[in-house]
Amino acid sequence: MSIAAKFEIEYLQYLDPEGKLVVKEKDLPAFAKDLDHMVELYKLMVSTRVFDTKSIALQRTGKLGTYASCLGHEAAHVGIGSAMKDEDVYAPSYREYGAQLYRGVQPREVYTYWGGDERGNDYQKEPARHDFAWSVPIATQCLHAAGSALAFKIRDEKRVAVCTVGDGGSSKADFYGAINIAGAQKLPLVAVIVNNQWAISVPRSIQTGAETLAQKAIAAGLPTIQVDGNDIIAVRKAMEDALERARNGEGASVIEAVTYRLGDHTTADDARRYRENDEVEEARAKEPVKRLRAYLESKKVWDQAKEDAWQAECDEWMDNEVNAYLETEAQPVTAMFDYTFAELPEDLARQRAEAISLESKEH
Amino acid sequence: MAQITLIEAVTQALAYEMAHDDSVVVLGEDVGVNGGVFRATQGLQEKFGPLRVLDTPLDETTIAGTTVGLAVQGMKPVAEAQFEGFIYPMMEHINCHAARMRNRTRGRLSVPAVFRAPWGGGIRAPEHHSEANEHLFTNVPGLRVVLPSSPARAYGLLLAAIRDPDPVIFLEPKRIYRQYKEEVPDDGEALPLDVCFVLRDGTDVTLVTWGAQVKETLEAADELAEQGISAEVIDVATLTPLDFDTIAESVSKTGRCVIVHEAPKTAGFGAEIAARLAEECLYDLLAPVQRVTGYDTHIPLFRLEMKYLPSVERIVAAAQKTLAVS
Repeated sequence: MSIAAKFEIEYLQYLDPEGKLVVKEKDLPAFAKDLDHMVELYKLMVSTRVFDTKSIALQRTGKLGTYASCLGHEAAHVGIGSAMKDEDVYAPSYREYGAQLYRGVQPREVYTYWGGDERGNDYQKEPARHDFAWSVPIATQCLHAAGSALAFKIRDEKRVAVCTVGDGGSSKADFYGAINIAGAQKLPLVAVIVNNQWAISVPRSIQTGAETLAQKAIAAGLPTIQVDGNDIIAVRKAMEDALERARNGEGASVIEAVTYRLGDHTTADDARRYRENDEVEEARAKEPVKRLRAYLESKKVWDQAKEDAWQAECDEWMDNEVNAYLETEAQPVTAMFDYTFAELPEDLARQRAEAISLESKEH
Repeated sequence: MAQITLIEAVTQALAYEMAHDDSVVVLGEDVGVNGGVFRATQGLQEKFGPLRVLDTPLDETTIAGTTVGLAVQGMKPVAEAQFEGFIYPMMEHINCHAARMRNRTRGRLSVPAVFRAPWGGGIRAPEHHSEANEHLFTNVPGLRVVLPSSPARAYGLLLAAIRDPDPVIFLEPKRIYRQYKEEVPDDGEALPLDVCFVLRDGTDVTLVTWGAQVKETLEAADELAEQGISAEVIDVATLTPLDFDTIAESVSKTGRCVIVHEAPKTAGFGAEIAARLAEECLYDLLAPVQRVTGYDTHIPLFRLEMKYLPSVERIVAAAQKTLAVS
């Protein structure tokens, strides 16, 4: 018997859970040698966490609908967002705020969406303005990214489409379909599996029999890597490599970022029903913000005073965002009709008029 | 000027629009070298290349999701489901994304895509190749559901569908793909997507139909004429958003209505038209509205399928029934 094909999956890590480098300084990627930039990345990870904490508090006090927390995903998300260029397109699922804040989504827009108002998806700032909105149907965004990548290839544009999907989402036909067509057509796509170990209550161990999620890319003929998803240097480096390949016409890549969902799936979930606290605490010890802070402090570019000042700044920022959100009045009843089609069909215009007349009776 | 069939009109419309708009692309299974299993995309790949006429992997989910992505990036994709019975895996992307992207983003993003599919029975095809499922799309907000029933309407409506800024489900009655030829000038003139077409004027009864049943319905009108009954025939063509006014006007004139479609009866689109007539035209009606449809069964394999599809006899009998009342 001979071997028809052979593969192995590389694992990438620069920073261990204590914030110590596992490589020599000289082997760090260029962006990581720029400590000012690393401080910027850290600051966004912190603001993402402050934002997340604020969101949960809003939900618990009845000021927000169901909300999907990103606690523990900060390195993965900021690593993804910070590696992309403005002209690239991002197709997220529904908790990648760190990536989205980097690309110009405003916290008030996130609140607006989870607060029950479609205007939250009308991102005002570029480059987020040309990104996809949150995609609730699992993994469907992967194919939207693949389609975007196909458009870039047809038009010969040096742009890349990036999608993120969870460990659960990587079981779905849409994920396989996206990496498959990306391989077949050499599309400029980067598909990142943010493996946070839990698809609501279903653990990674019974999501698939595959040893890694990264190896799913092998079947699609794509380069792939598993990275420590709590190590922003590893995530960012893998992203930069994959984006460069895509931009150079070398096709798509898959990245598995291994992290942990420290919070509930959403505020409507109670993770204590299905997982042990010991496991969560063990994961918490490896969380991403703490380790980057330890690293930056060891490099003397961050300290408690800076931390306090930035936390205060973030608090003020988020308070402003929350206030802007809370001050927003609900849309008029006509809003549910006005974006169904580019032009309101006559038949729908009659239903719209009926809704308006009911409104005026109520008032 | 050349006489062409309905399917040649589809090809002609695709070729016209691709030649005049670089953003139009065609994608699906076997649409490239093979020109589609019915040859709807015949010759297009030679003219426009393998990227603009793309043979996709054999996965309907991939076709639909990729189509959404292309459209959001400003392309005008025309996706083909090889048979309408294969469209189910596409529905998540059609219903959850294509139809709601504009609404979800308050108009920031949109999906100007066309999803084409050979539709309906009557060609002695295997299982799953004969479905008529327009009703699965007609109550999805944000979609236009269009069924052409002649070469000229296939050409004009497909051009309109591609140019429309919103997603269109374009269901092609494959039973009449090659039924007859007519002159269809390749002039790029689109037909409106917001009107029903009155194919024959009449005064005694209104026959409302779409797709391949236009054939039997017109034949029924001929037969009724021989019996001295004057039937008006309406091809709905664009089911949603519905031009109900044209139907209401006709039924108010004739006082009688028979709705003909090959999809199953219960909750078929005929039920919607009948309900609207009851809501808005009841006092103009001289007889109960009749429906001639497929039965509430799966369309049988082909030895029985012609007994399932609405026949001229059934349409004539239903019309006579409306006339027997008064």
